[in-house]
Amino acid sequence: MSKLSRRGFIRLAGTAGALSAMGALAWPLGGCQKKAKAGGRVIVVGGGFGGATCAKYIRKFDPAVEVTLIERDARFVTCPFSNLFLVGGRSFESISHGYDKLGDNYGINVIRGAVTDIDAAAKKLTLKGSKTMQYDRLVVSPGIDFRWDAIEGYDEAACETVPHAWKGGPQTRTLRKQLEAMQDGGVVIIVPPGNPFRCPPGPYERASLIAHYLTQNKPKSKVLILDAKDKFSKQGLFMQGWEKRYPGMIEWVKASAGGKIDRIDMAKRTLYAEFGEAHTGDVVNLIPPQKAGELAHKAGLVNADGWCPVNQRTFESSVHKDVYVIGDASIAGQMPKSGYAANSQGKVCAAAIVSSLSGTAMPDPSYVNTCYSLVAPDYGISVAAVYNVTEEGIRKVKGSGGLSPMDASDEFRKKEADYASGWYASITADMFS
Amino acid sequence: MCRSYRIPGLVVAAMAILISQSFPLQAAEVTRGAMLGTSCAGCHGTDGRSPGSIPSISGKSAEFLEQILKGFRSGEIPSTVMGRHIKGYTDEEIRLIAEYFASM
Ligand SMILES: Cc1cc2nc3c(=O)[nH]c(=O)nc-3n(C[C@H](O)[C@H](O)[C@H](O)COP(=O)(O)OP(=O)(O)OC[C@H]3O[C@@H](n4cnc5c(N)ncnc54)[C@H](O)[C@@H]3O)c2cc1C
Ligand code: HEC
Repeated sequence: MSKLSRRGFIRLAGTAGALSAMGALAWPLGGCQKKAKAGGRVIVVGGGFGGATCAKYIRKFDPAVEVTLIERDARFVTCPFSNLFLVGGRSFESISHGYDKLGDNYGINVIRGAVTDIDAAAKKLTLKGSKTMQYDRLVVSPGIDFRWDAIEGYDEAACETVPHAWKGGPQTRTLRKQLEAMQDGGVVIIVPPGNPFRCPPGPYERASLIAHYLTQNKPKSKVLILDAKDKFSKQGLFMQGWEKRYPGMIEWVKASAGGKIDRIDMAKRTLYAEFGEAHTGDVVNLIPPQKAGELAHKAGLVNADGWCPVNQRTFESSVHKDVYVIGDASIAGQMPKSGYAANSQGKVCAAAIVSSLSGTAMPDPSYVNTCYSLVAPDYGISVAAVYNVTEEGIRKVKGSGGLSPMDASDEFRKKEADYASGWYASITADMFS
Repeated sequence: MCRSYRIPGLVVAAMAILISQSFPLQAAEVTRGAMLGTSCAGCHGTDGRSPGSIPSISGKSAEFLEQILKGFRSGEIPSTVMGRHIKGYTDEEIRLIAEYFASM
């Protein structure tokens, strides 16, 4: 980190600024403990889309702040582009990322460990193995966990044979193996949850790419979507793409037509709807209803619905002072639960924390989100929006964003597919290097 | 915190001095330009330096950036996503964003 990378980020207020800029210059040469302490101690829990971004941008905004990032896993496997991995379009390595550069380039203290408890009154957290750590400000970005009691017959052990593949890593591999082992003529069933959940277009991108794989490898097979909803994200665009690329292969059953599943017979892989017929799949991908990551529950950061209410200007918890919750776990007005949303929230939260620690004014927040989806490896679509904060919380800026056009040319869809992988390269670099 | 549009410039300056005196080692203030500009990095890369297929935008002149962004907004310059995206910003915000990336 050098003076160069600070340029343009911050306004320096008088002589104090000059001092702190000198601190920043001196830092890579030997550290300056005193200044780091003066800037404050921030701990970020969870090195995913929200947490890794927030840790990095706190250091970019103000190198005087000491930042520790605590992450359970050695490497982060992204959910974005895991649907392409699922059908052989990407390597596992290409969707896995390490934390070394956050230490080397930004001076972040990266610790591998699981946080088991937070004592907000004492500003202290506990790690597995009972080590404790003090903080001035805490950021929690734990992602999601599942409501294992929501679908009768399905639990954490069951996901070894009926995978959700809704967290990056081993689950995605399990689902891929099952798709590869399936005979031609088989039925793949995808069961998306009701709102709100992580990545609203994700199940339909998955259905698309599985259909792409089946068309090429097992053309007599089918994809059946049994949905807990009556409509879904980018529906018109997806359905147009399915008609064009996979006519007759994907069937979508909406909730009110008998798609809402409430029970599974694990032995037979048979799914039972509240009403309507039962369905048996050769491969079943059951994506259960979700809630904020377990840690948020343990720390008492959630409301009755299981998600974390926050001040949508700063992402400070509405429950505990000096604790911030970002990403999927948070309630963020009109923003969806996406990686780009978590990345954007991470930066606003970093600005809020740096401002509160230094006693300076925080600029009005601005958020963005774009979700690219692949209907096929060469067929991309997107939904975009810019957000600001109003009296009602985070709201879309009127007139901003929207969907890719319907009936666009093949060339346009190809360009968006290329930009989708460009987005992936940029956002993962923005998080990890 | 006070928002600067509600208080006259002189008062802001005086406050800045007061603040810098009472917190001598703390001075980082995140600008509105940085707030707006850092949100583009998810697509264009940190500091506008893109490692992939989306164009890099760092170090271009503010005039060029302002012109091209307004071109996307009016539809004069065709785009896949920029036209939709940039409709979320006012002229003043576009000016701040352009200045921010020009300084990278
Ligand atoms: C199939 C699929 C496709 C997707 N595609 C896209 C896409 O194209 N674009 C997009 O924007 N989004 C996409 N998403 C959504 C995106 O993955 C999430 O919205 C994003 O990961 C949320 O970020 P987060 O920081 O809240 O959580 P995560 O990224 O999940 O990070 C949470 C981290 O916290 C760690 N952690 C949790 N608890 C603890 C603890 N107690 N102690 C220590 N560490 C802990 C976890 O190990 C994890 O690394 C997709 C999701 C899925 C499932
Ligand atoms: C969803 C991804 C995405 C986001 C977010 C985004 N851009 Fe872009 N940008 C693109 C793509 C893709 C292009 C190529 C034109 C197109 O097809 O839209 C582009 C082109 C540009 C160009 C033209 C570059 C050139 O040399 O031709 C500029 C300038 C630019 N963007 C600035 C910005 C700024 C500033 C922001 C934030 C306010 C931003 N972009 C946010 C994806 C994005």
